[in-house]
Parts: sequence; structure tokens; C-alpha cells
Amino acid sequence: MEKEKTEVMKQQAQTPLETERTRNRRVYVPKADIYETKNSIVLIVDMPGVDEQTVDITLEKNILTITGNVEPVVFAGKSLAYSEYDTGDYQRAFTISDEVDQNKIEATVKNGVLRLVLNKAEKAKLKKIAIKADN
Amino acid sequence: MFQPGIWRFGRLMDPYAEMSRLRNEMNRLFSGASQPFAQAYPAVNIWVGDQEAIVTAELAGIDPAKLDISVLGDNLTLTGSREPETLQENETYHRKERNGSRFSRTLQLPFRIDADGIDARYDKGILKITVPRTAEDKPRKISIKAA
Repeated sequence: MEKEKTEVMKQQAQTPLETERTRNRRVYVPKADIYETKNSIVLIVDMPGVDEQTVDITLEKNILTITGNVEPVVFAGKSLAYSEYDTGDYQRAFTISDEVDQNKIEATVKNGVLRLVLNKAEKAKLKKIAIKADN
Repeated sequence: MFQPGIWRFGRLMDPYAEMSRLRNEMNRLFSGASQPFAQAYPAVNIWVGDQEAIVTAELAGIDPAKLDISVLGDNLTLTGSREPETLQENETYHRKERNGSRFSRTLQLPFRIDADGIDARYDKGILKITVPRTAEDKPRKISIKAA
């Protein structure tokens, strides 16, 4: 049954590349912004509940995979009376092109937001070609 | 514990905790307390106990100094904003999925709130507010006198 989706809902992840998971947790696709500057491509990923210890970034060939593990919270002696979101792990993969220098990727996590700066390779940087007037 | 029997699995694990957790999950699923999709930003979970309630919200990447929590009677209001990235000239978005800007949400709790005892913590992008009940609203035990 297809339900109407709102913008704010968390989207449950498909298992990427037909792999199976060994952890019995829900997996969500974190929301991401990607923008390009002159020298780099910046990825900003919302992953509430992760810190630098629980987020994992791997780069294999051209596939950048981001995983975040979140332990479910349970408050002893209290019952969940109202619930709009569920906690679970995060997983998302991006294909990056050759124009990114794979040795120069910087990652920081702050307040549950992962920020990845993918620096462009030297050859991919925009070169301005001067046109000479030919008189 | 001292006599042999089939009920001696207490040392291995506590089956009752797991079973009551499962029962609670099932009850929650069928009670309609859980909404599959959040209707507003930020999505909140509310845990209620005898003395206090705990409100958690997934709010990644906000400045806690700019988050405003206010209380009126049994209403708790969260107001804040998330600063969008400032792009320089010639910088373009390839993908923009994260929602942001300003938000304001009012939640009604099942009791009157003791505004002085509220404790709010922001860690790893999750806001956790502990909301105590006012003393006069707490359940009271009434002793029965013999006639």
C-alpha cells in the first residue's frame, strides 16, 4: 500500500548491491546536499545520532560508501507514548568520478552532520584559455 | 534456583524483559501511537513516565544557542532555525535534499510542566528534553482510614 510521503519522513534504505546485513536494525538513507565549488565537491549528510566513532566512510574504486551505526535508545521506566521517528543505522553510497582526487578527501562530523570535502584532482580544475586576438 | 527444573534459564538470559519489550512494541504498533511518517519538522518521540516525560527530536546540525524551548501550562514549544550553507558565487547545488530553515512545533504533554525543572541536552544531532511534572500534578497516594 503506497502511502503519501511527506518531505520530512525518513526513507528506509534498499540493501545496496544485493548484499545482506548481519545487524538486525533498520537502515535509513540519510539526506544529503551536494554542492560544487571551484576546487572541491562538498557533501553534507544529515545523520542524527552518529559521532566520529560510529560513522564509517570507505572508498573502493569509485564508490564512496557512508555508514553510520546508531544504538537504539530506551529510557528505563518510561514508555514510548508518541513516536514519529525510529532509530536505525544509516547507509548510502555515491559514485564519484575520476575528477576527484581520491587521496584528498576530508571528513568531519559535527552535531550529527557529516561533511565531506572531495578535492578535485589537478587536471580536472577549470583552466581558462586565453584567446589571442589575431590581427 | 536451587532445584533443578526447566525454568532455570534465568542465568542465561532474562526472557521476560525481551518478551515485555516485544509486547510493548506490538501494542504500540496497533495502538496508533506511532505514526509511520512524521507530519512536521522536527520529528519527535515522547517517552512518558510517572514523574517526568522525555522528548527527543532528531535535529541535525543546529546551533543549540539558537534553539528556543518555551513552556505554557502543558504545552512545550520548540522554535529554532537551521542556517543554510552560504554558497559563494559560481558555486552550485547538484543535490539538495536536507530540509531546513525555520521551524516551530508545539507539543501537548499529558500533564502540567514544571518549567524550572526542565533539562535540555543536545548531543550528536539529537535533542533530548527531560520534562518534569509539577508537584501538584503528580499522582498522590490516598490512605484509607478504618471506620
